[in-house]
Amino acid sequence: MNRTKGDEEEYWNSSKFKAFTFDDEDDELSQLKESKRAVNSLRDFVDDDDDDDLERVSWSGEPVGSRTRPGSFQSLSDALSDTPAKTYAPELGRPKGEYKDYSNDWSPSDTVRRLRKGKVCSLERFRSLQDKLQLLEEAVSMHDGNVITAVLIFLKRTLCKEILFRELEVRQVALRHLIHFLKEIGDQKLLLDLFRFLDRTEELALSHYREHLNIQDPEKRKEFLKTCIGLPFSAEDSAHIQDHYTLLERQIIIEANDRHLESAGQTEIFRKHPRKASILNMPLVTTLFYSCFYHYTEAEGTFSSPINLKKTFKIPDKQYVLTALAARAKLRAWHDVDALFTTKNWLGYTKKRAPIGFHRVVEILHKNSAPVQILQEYVNLVEDVDTKLNLATKFKCHDVVIDTCRDLKDRQQLLAYRSKVDKGSAEEEKIDALLSSPQIRWKN
Amino acid sequence: MFTLKGNRLPAADVKNIIFFVRPRLELMDIIAENVLSEDRRGPVRDFHILFVPRRSLLCEQRLKDLGVLGSFIHREEYSLDLIPFDGDLLSMESEGAFKECYLEGDQTSLYHAAKGLMTLQALYGTIPQIFGKGECARQVANMMIRMKREFTGSQNSIFPVFDNLLLLDRNVDLLTPLATQLTYEGLIDEIYGIQNSYAKLPPEKFAPKKQGDGEAKKLQLNSAEELYAEIRDKNFNAVGSVLSKKAKVISAAFEERHNAKTVGEIKQFVSQLPHMQAARGSLANHTSIAELIKDVTTSEDFFDKLTVEQEFMSGIDTDKVNNYIEDCIAQKHPLIKVLRLVCLQSVCNSGLKQKVLDYYKREILQTYGYEHILTLYNLEKAGLLKPQTGGRNNYPTIRKTLRLWMDDVNEQNPTDISYVYSGYAPLSVRLAQLLSRPGWRSIEEVLRILPGPHFEERQPLPTGLQKKRQPGENRVTLIFFLGGVTFAEIAALRFLSQLEDGGTEYVIATTKLMNGSSWIEALMEKPF
Repeated sequence: MNRTKGDEEEYWNSSKFKAFTFDDEDDELSQLKESKRAVNSLRDFVDDDDDDDLERVSWSGEPVGSRTRPGSFQSLSDALSDTPAKTYAPELGRPKGEYKDYSNDWSPSDTVRRLRKGKVCSLERFRSLQDKLQLLEEAVSMHDGNVITAVLIFLKRTLCKEILFRELEVRQVALRHLIHFLKEIGDQKLLLDLFRFLDRTEELALSHYREHLNIQDPEKRKEFLKTCIGLPFSAEDSAHIQDHYTLLERQIIIEANDRHLESAGQTEIFRKHPRKASILNMPLVTTLFYSCFYHYTEAEGTFSSPINLKKTFKIPDKQYVLTALAARAKLRAWHDVDALFTTKNWLGYTKKRAPIGFHRVVEILHKNSAPVQILQEYVNLVEDVDTKLNLATKFKCHDVVIDTCRDLKDRQQLLAYRSKVDKGSAEEEKIDALLSSPQIRWKN
Repeated sequence: MFTLKGNRLPAADVKNIIFFVRPRLELMDIIAENVLSEDRRGPVRDFHILFVPRRSLLCEQRLKDLGVLGSFIHREEYSLDLIPFDGDLLSMESEGAFKECYLEGDQTSLYHAAKGLMTLQALYGTIPQIFGKGECARQVANMMIRMKREFTGSQNSIFPVFDNLLLLDRNVDLLTPLATQLTYEGLIDEIYGIQNSYAKLPPEKFAPKKQGDGEAKKLQLNSAEELYAEIRDKNFNAVGSVLSKKAKVISAAFEERHNAKTVGEIKQFVSQLPHMQAARGSLANHTSIAELIKDVTTSEDFFDKLTVEQEFMSGIDTDKVNNYIEDCIAQKHPLIKVLRLVCLQSVCNSGLKQKVLDYYKREILQTYGYEHILTLYNLEKAGLLKPQTGGRNNYPTIRKTLRLWMDDVNEQNPTDISYVYSGYAPLSVRLAQLLSRPGWRSIEEVLRILPGPHFEERQPLPTGLQKKRQPGENRVTLIFFLGGVTFAEIAALRFLSQLEDGGTEYVIATTKLMNGSSWIEALMEKPF
């Protein structure tokens, strides 16, 4: 649809909705004898559909569209227009002087009341700051969102920024309304100016940061995030914003590199496990997982190495081990899993430790279908005996169950478990041997 | 009536097209698309638009920007403020109300609430007493009084149905929506979501009908269905026995056909068949739903989550990082689930210690993405997830004074409203209960701790309309939740209504029917 703006304005202005309402009882215009007679004589052949004819011709004979009249009429919607308001409603044939007085008689409260009814109304005549503020006050006391918005739009257009802000600073309701309005229409620039003026620094920073959600292109988003660093966030949040930028910066590099490797087809890991999605804009932990999956053995120097990520973003050991475990378990790289938990103490002995509790390790291993021998080894490391028994039973780590029952001297439980193992199996024999052993002092 | 969708309007041989919409900017884009896609060669159609409940300047500006404003012949508003959902339930269904009122200070929804109340009074009589707690409650009451003044001259001659109006801010009780509801209807909402009285359920457990397999089963849920009315507000653990009893009754009824010997008896049996078949169909549906819910409630994770919630609500370990929450984050459970739990902990601790809060925030941002800084900010602003100020935890006082945590709960035959959360009595409903008996003077101290003013207003009635309740006759209180209400709270209020010597019957109104998840979701920042 290619209507020119002019066409559209005219069409819009002449739409039936803008009809001057003859039904308006409290309208001061109807008090005028001359107009009343004229109105009544029209009533006979006026019905809704024919309002057009009336609207186009002014009563004094002047064609509608002329801008000679002072005090142009505006409806609620017309207040939106940035162009000076046009005359389109019928103007009654009164002497110019009276007419002028008449239109200036409408007080702010009357004006606001008319606006609320969606009626034709003039705002332009409120020229002085005082008048404008009074209009605003009336609008606010009416609690009508549309009216307040209409008045604010008018003020936004006719007041300079500084004065508008200064006046609204002390008018909380109108201020909140303006903020909401600016957010809705997406006037980011004025919104930020407003926050800056009000010294609402944190809101300013967050409002600016929020924009990044609308930027799809990774490079552009990265550049935008850079502009967010140093904004007045809280101390904690500032660190997070910095991390967000750094992370995206890294992801762009990793993504470009890996895409290249994948298409070259020479790298085994990408051939065996083709990537399902790009790493761009993924959260940090997801990125770490990706790095542990595809770049596990890389030295610290590369952007894609897990150790590099750990150091750059100060990822705590717990989180790191958990993520690395998940990645290596998925690849069924049991040696790597072992290495994660093995530490050599100063005597050269190896011992298994975990910052996360071995029951978690077991769960992750099981989720990735680790073979029973591996599972068993880690179930054995679970410290809490009840948990250990539970997990061992759940995952069918027979030896662990048997050994634990033996250690607990729990005959009943061992007997019960006997029915769960395969007939004639080594485990069954083991159980029988224990049950008949004279050396164990069973407690039940 | 067609649902608003993009692109072309559905083909229909009509001259007039009316768009019947809420004044939301995104909807204007769709409407413009519809209008602009009109086939020029076809007959010219007239467009009209009805905004519910009010026209919006911004929406009309948007239509203008998109070049279609002039296409509309009529632009009107349809003042539907309160929508009846059931005999005792009304809702404005305004999703944005909580965020607008409590985060942005925008009082538009309150204005609509006041208007809705004026309409109710025009129909059911002036409400003689208004009680309220909260800033927004105060605003609504002020608006009502002002609106009444503006309409003087038209004296309301209708005999008042309501004795009281109780206006409650949602932020007086931020705790209740965060906990997992445990009534039958509450659980359906928590797990599957109830929208406009409809729930969409996975089809597996339902007997396949005409619709293709795999399509979700859509069911309407309201009190018109006898069985549903009976079980909706019960604790889920009490539903099973009702269903099995019902099964026996229905079976027996169908067996009656063997006893029908005479033509008359057969005729009578046949005449009752439709009702019995409906009852059997209803029972089948709810048995399936109950099975679906049971699969969830018997899962290990549900149990673990509930345990943590109940620990928080009874005041245990609310001041340290919680292991279960940490595990959920580590396993990347849905973010909303995590947010509900950390907010619950924060509310039950009157805010978290800075170290604990920072820890949770970092874990969340690293696991789910940094952009959630914006959501966390909103949650803080709403008072849901914030640092503890003043180092003082008020929750234990509130909990003890109002008896919010009841250790021995009878889920089958409840004696107290705490059955809806199997131990926790919804704070909001407790306040209503105490207002009714013995009055709020008995809890002045707690009321001062809770946010916002509390007040009482009287609206004079012409003599002759003043009501004197007979002894034993219940008062009727209209309770209006400004910011949303959960099904569990509704169940609790219905429980109070049917108490033998309760003294009060409740009609419930709200800005939105919601649950913890939809509530938090409305506070998340999305791209424009």
